[in-house]
Amino acid sequence: MADYKMHMLVCGGTGCRASESKKIRQNLDASIQANGLEDSVQVVETGCFGFCEKGPVVKILPDNTFYVQVRPEDADQIVAEHIVKGRQVKHLLYEDPTKQEVIADSKDMGFYKKQVRIALRNCGFIDPENIDEYISRDGYAALATCLGDMTPEQVIDTMKESGLRGRGGGGFPTGLKWQFTRNSVSEQKYVVCNADEGDPGAFMDRSILEGDPHSVLEAMAICGYAIGADTGLIYIRAEYPLAIDRLKVAIKQAREIGLLGNDIMGTGFNFDVELRYGAGAFVCGEETALIHSMEGLRGEPTFKPPFPAVEGYLKKPTNVNNVETLANVPVIINKGAEWFASIGTDKSKGTKVFALAGKINNVGLIEVPMGTTLREVIFDIGGGIKDGKKFKAVQTGGPSGGCLTEEHLDTPIDFDNLLSVGSMMGSGGMIVMDEDDCMVSVAKFYLEFTLDESCGKCTPCRIGNKRLYEILDKITQGKGTKEDLDRLRMLGNVIKDTSLCGLGQTSPNPILSTLDNFYDEYLAHVEDGRCPAGQCKALLQYKIIDDKCTGCTLCFRQCPVAAISGERKSPHFIDQSLCIKCGVCYEKCKFDAIEIV
Amino acid sequence: MEMIKLTIDKKPVVVKPGTTILDAASSIGIKIPTLCHMKLHDMGIENKPGGCRVCVVEVEGRRNLAPACVTKAEEGMDINTHSMRAINARRTVTELILSDHPAECLTCAKSGECELQDLAQELGIREIHYEGEQSHYREDTSPAIIREMDKCILCRRCEMMCNEVQTVGVLSAVNRGFDAVVAPAFEMNLDHSACTYCGQCVAVCPTGALTEVDHTGAVIRALSDPSKTVIVQTAPAVRAALGEEFDLEAGTLVTGKMTAALRRLGFDYVFDTDFAADLTIMEEGTEFLDRLNRHLKGDKDVQLPILTSCCPAWVKFFEHQFPDMKDIPSTARSPQQMFGAIAKTYFADKINVKREDLVVVSIMPCVAKKYESAREEFATDGNPDVDFAITTRELASLIKLANLKFNSLPEEDFDQPLGESTGAGVIFGATGGVIEAAVRTAYEIQTGKSLEKVDFEQLRGLEGVREATVDVDGLELRIGIAHGLGNARKLLEDIRSGKSNFHAIEIMSCPGGCIGGGGQPYHHGDDSVIKKRFEAIYKEDAGKAIRKSHENPHIVKLYEEFLGKPMSDKAHHLLHTNYFDRSNKIES
Amino acid sequence: MSKIKLAEHVIETVQAICAQYNNEEGELINVLHGTQSKLGYLPAEVQELIAKELDMSVAKVYGVVTFYSFFTMTPMGKHPISICTGTACYVRGAEQVLEEFKRQLKLEVGKTTDDGKFSISCLRCVGACGLAPVVMVGEKVYGRVSPQQVRKIISEYQDGCPSHAE
Repeated sequence: MADYKMHMLVCGGTGCRASESKKIRQNLDASIQANGLEDSVQVVETGCFGFCEKGPVVKILPDNTFYVQVRPEDADQIVAEHIVKGRQVKHLLYEDPTKQEVIADSKDMGFYKKQVRIALRNCGFIDPENIDEYISRDGYAALATCLGDMTPEQVIDTMKESGLRGRGGGGFPTGLKWQFTRNSVSEQKYVVCNADEGDPGAFMDRSILEGDPHSVLEAMAICGYAIGADTGLIYIRAEYPLAIDRLKVAIKQAREIGLLGNDIMGTGFNFDVELRYGAGAFVCGEETALIHSMEGLRGEPTFKPPFPAVEGYLKKPTNVNNVETLANVPVIINKGAEWFASIGTDKSKGTKVFALAGKINNVGLIEVPMGTTLREVIFDIGGGIKDGKKFKAVQTGGPSGGCLTEEHLDTPIDFDNLLSVGSMMGSGGMIVMDEDDCMVSVAKFYLEFTLDESCGKCTPCRIGNKRLYEILDKITQGKGTKEDLDRLRMLGNVIKDTSLCGLGQTSPNPILSTLDNFYDEYLAHVEDGRCPAGQCKALLQYKIIDDKCTGCTLCFRQCPVAAISGERKSPHFIDQSLCIKCGVCYEKCKFDAIEIV
Repeated sequence: MEMIKLTIDKKPVVVKPGTTILDAASSIGIKIPTLCHMKLHDMGIENKPGGCRVCVVEVEGRRNLAPACVTKAEEGMDINTHSMRAINARRTVTELILSDHPAECLTCAKSGECELQDLAQELGIREIHYEGEQSHYREDTSPAIIREMDKCILCRRCEMMCNEVQTVGVLSAVNRGFDAVVAPAFEMNLDHSACTYCGQCVAVCPTGALTEVDHTGAVIRALSDPSKTVIVQTAPAVRAALGEEFDLEAGTLVTGKMTAALRRLGFDYVFDTDFAADLTIMEEGTEFLDRLNRHLKGDKDVQLPILTSCCPAWVKFFEHQFPDMKDIPSTARSPQQMFGAIAKTYFADKINVKREDLVVVSIMPCVAKKYESAREEFATDGNPDVDFAITTRELASLIKLANLKFNSLPEEDFDQPLGESTGAGVIFGATGGVIEAAVRTAYEIQTGKSLEKVDFEQLRGLEGVREATVDVDGLELRIGIAHGLGNARKLLEDIRSGKSNFHAIEIMSCPGGCIGGGGQPYHHGDDSVIKKRFEAIYKEDAGKAIRKSHENPHIVKLYEEFLGKPMSDKAHHLLHTNYFDRSNKIES
Repeated sequence: MSKIKLAEHVIETVQAICAQYNNEEGELINVLHGTQSKLGYLPAEVQELIAKELDMSVAKVYGVVTFYSFFTMTPMGKHPISICTGTACYVRGAEQVLEEFKRQLKLEVGKTTDDGKFSISCLRCVGACGLAPVVMVGEKVYGRVSPQQVRKIISEYQDGCPSHAE
């Protein structure tokens, strides 16, 4: 980026694109041209900055000014003020919600301060559609090192020594996995990148592919060299059109300059990458299911062993790694296993990317060293709970994980700690909940997801989860009993113990963890017929307080089912038999005359 | 080979590498309950999706329970098959299956034969703790098979049989999660699909989800109608299996008792399909020799190999999947249909009964025979040559319904003239039997010499595809045999690509031939049953006074009195057929 | 012989897609993706054709189509409405938004209105969690949608009808 004096980085991740960031970029370009600055200022569309809450985001280099919630019509002003006159556009700067102070430099923002970006190192810094920018940040140097100076065994040893564990959920040591595939004797082997990110609320893999596709391609080539494979396959969700486009561009560019294809860097090593598309099945995140899906079959998991390392795609040895895992690989080669192993905790090395979402101020994508506490993530980086509400729970690990409470906030995050408190790392979804969230409903939400996504092959997952869901539904309807709570626990444990694949083996976790951590809330539902969070509709009633009702008729007019009656200027009345509990009256009433009981 | 040592329920056991926990346990007398798993060792057929999770056992040191049917034994494993944890899991899983299964056991067609019912009994399930929504599917009734998928437990055995063994490909798992079920494409009815009605799905279904269409009621009605003369024919494979329904050892021949039972059921004449099998040999054998001799004389247009055409599922299979080759099989009708055609002409005249007053019932080891008898071309003015085809199992239930103590019945003989048969007719019931019967006759007709030894051992066996040569007085006759439609497909593809050099090929759809038919008593995954039936068939053959079809005196008489000679115009009209292209054609 | 009717150009389109993947059975999912992106959905007749082209059983094709939620056998509405039901959107009220769409259009998820104008589907996380809850109509993304805005969003696409917007 040497030729330009200034760079304007526009976030081109899916979230910001949904808020017209493409138009912002066009407007900035137009404005730069109109001002005759095209030789000194470059507008770059990058991958995700991570700070999705405040998107679309525009960052100016070299001064690191961070503009948030930019609209296309702001482009002229940014150019006119910041670029031409050197004055920051105050109203577009970020204001810290807790301290109410304006922060211009992203390095000073709480959201970025505690982050350590390895997997996301290039996201938001480079134009993902320009291979030169990747190369300028040590891109493909690791591949060159491996091909030139290291034997495959040395590459595998480095991975082993680094302590890198699979980021897709299981946490299996990556080096060991590579070793197993290397040990399998076969003329044809495959490297598969699992980009079938299906965990609702997690989008780190997509962000990496959108923001830094070459890091994954480079890692796949390194893996291919290490295990003896010449073909890489990326299994990616068809719902990720932007990531697919950027991967296609990246593959093309890498082929053009000989970083993919035959005789890479003149070393005689051949490796190429193809894309395969998922079609909307969460279970295909499981590696045997993923392989069947790539073969054109129903994505049903099969029993392991044989492991893919022995018998995978087309029955050939196959190494499957997730996107984030792979994104770490080139850095480990470049900086060394020792450096990587110095980050993190005893058994979990390096960093982890989390998709922070829910009732939190700073929704976005973050990367922190293993061992960072939940409290630091939620309050320091996440900026605390939205609207000043009280923290209630944090759900990690998506549908396979559990809900943790206040008492777990100081738990250092790593694979084993999360497991020991009844949750798991999963792919890195982290959903924060506040006092308004009913934990029974949250458990039900996840179960509904599992029900939708169960492949149906094994009994416990197919029928067991259905029964779990039905019991939860009964409880949220106020028809549950205390025996149902025991049944949930009993059945949940059997499902974990007997299911065929990881989906079923973890699907009861949201229930079991909420039963452990929020038992009183379950009890309130089944014994008192009460939903403490006021979320279970069947358990609440909207009532008009006669003393406060002015008879303004607003609620009468707004009620979608005509459940409200009453004369003008006299107190109204809600017919409970008609009320669908949509809450419109409650929201619209200007006199706080409607209460939820 | 390095053997593997492990402990199961505190007993040491040594097994070969690759042995599953299930088989290892079985080798020391421990029977771990299973449901979806099924293995027919000698046929090379195995279903082990590892899906039902009934066979889970506790392996010391493992986080989760292990499914015994797919987990391989490993050195030093310490397994407990009946720990509280394993029993609790097994019972819970079974309760879950039952919670999505109609509680219609008392009236279910499969009651008493249902593997789920047995399992629930073995596990002592007395209450289902998990109530909830049950799956509901439209009932699908075809000419031969009924699908009541409410009773499906997703063991996937039918899917495996239909796709891997038979390569018919009509059934597939569809949908996912709780809505997953095995069904034809678009959940269409079977009779709109390429289903061959081989009935192997029925033969392996552990529950009442797949059953044959029940014609016993119609047979009882016919038997009680005084205006009707009701006659019956019994296929060769039935006598080798019917006894199993009455707790007799598999392979017990019950020809005489069966005949006695049929007579007591009220059939006016008890005949034998074996008679028609002899007739089939006369027609098919003649057709074969005709083609062979034309071929030997250098006729390039003649179609060889000739393929047998006795099996209705096989016929429907090539009509759907190989319509371009529909001229290759013999045009000879199956024994069932030859019997019906002769019965309703020659025999009806003989006893002076009008066609419409004569009811022909056949007892078949097969469910496809129901479909075959309903094919339009096998009827005259809407009156079918064979009115009802019932399975071995249906015959057993008729016998029970008639309060007969089967095992105490005397041995009786078939009626004449359509009850006379030879050993050649009997072996039609087993794979290789039709071609052996044909060879016995073809040899003598072709050479004019008498066979010294009628047993052609090289044609017998249970291998899926077999090849043999028979020396016909210097002429090397090359013969292929396939049982199971997947094996048949291989031979057909070889013919299509010009790689085949056989003169004649015998094909039977069911593994083992008719003895393993879809209408036979359920084998419940025990393939020794099929082997014993196989032996019984050849025992019956060996015990017959006449063992060559052309020597059957009543066959000789039939030609003299009625048909003239094989392949005559009359024979063509009554005993031969033609085939249809049933494939889908896509048009704009 | 049973006949399956398809328009000439549909046959050509599907055959071309199958040929692009060498008519290989293992490429079924790619073929289905390609076909659905051209035709909008995968009707039974098209699945029959694909089965024929790839020389596989149509039951297997159907088994795959019904396994993956991305594939559909019903044509989508002119304005397909997708409600994100990822966790981030869920905790920020996506369920109520979905209910309101269903109520207003009198439509179940996965179905299309009789006039072919709207269809409703749920999707899992479009990755715009900062805008939760998120609704997409066609390509257009609506962020921070409340149930009260639903009527207004629908009315934007109801040609010729007076806007009910408040």
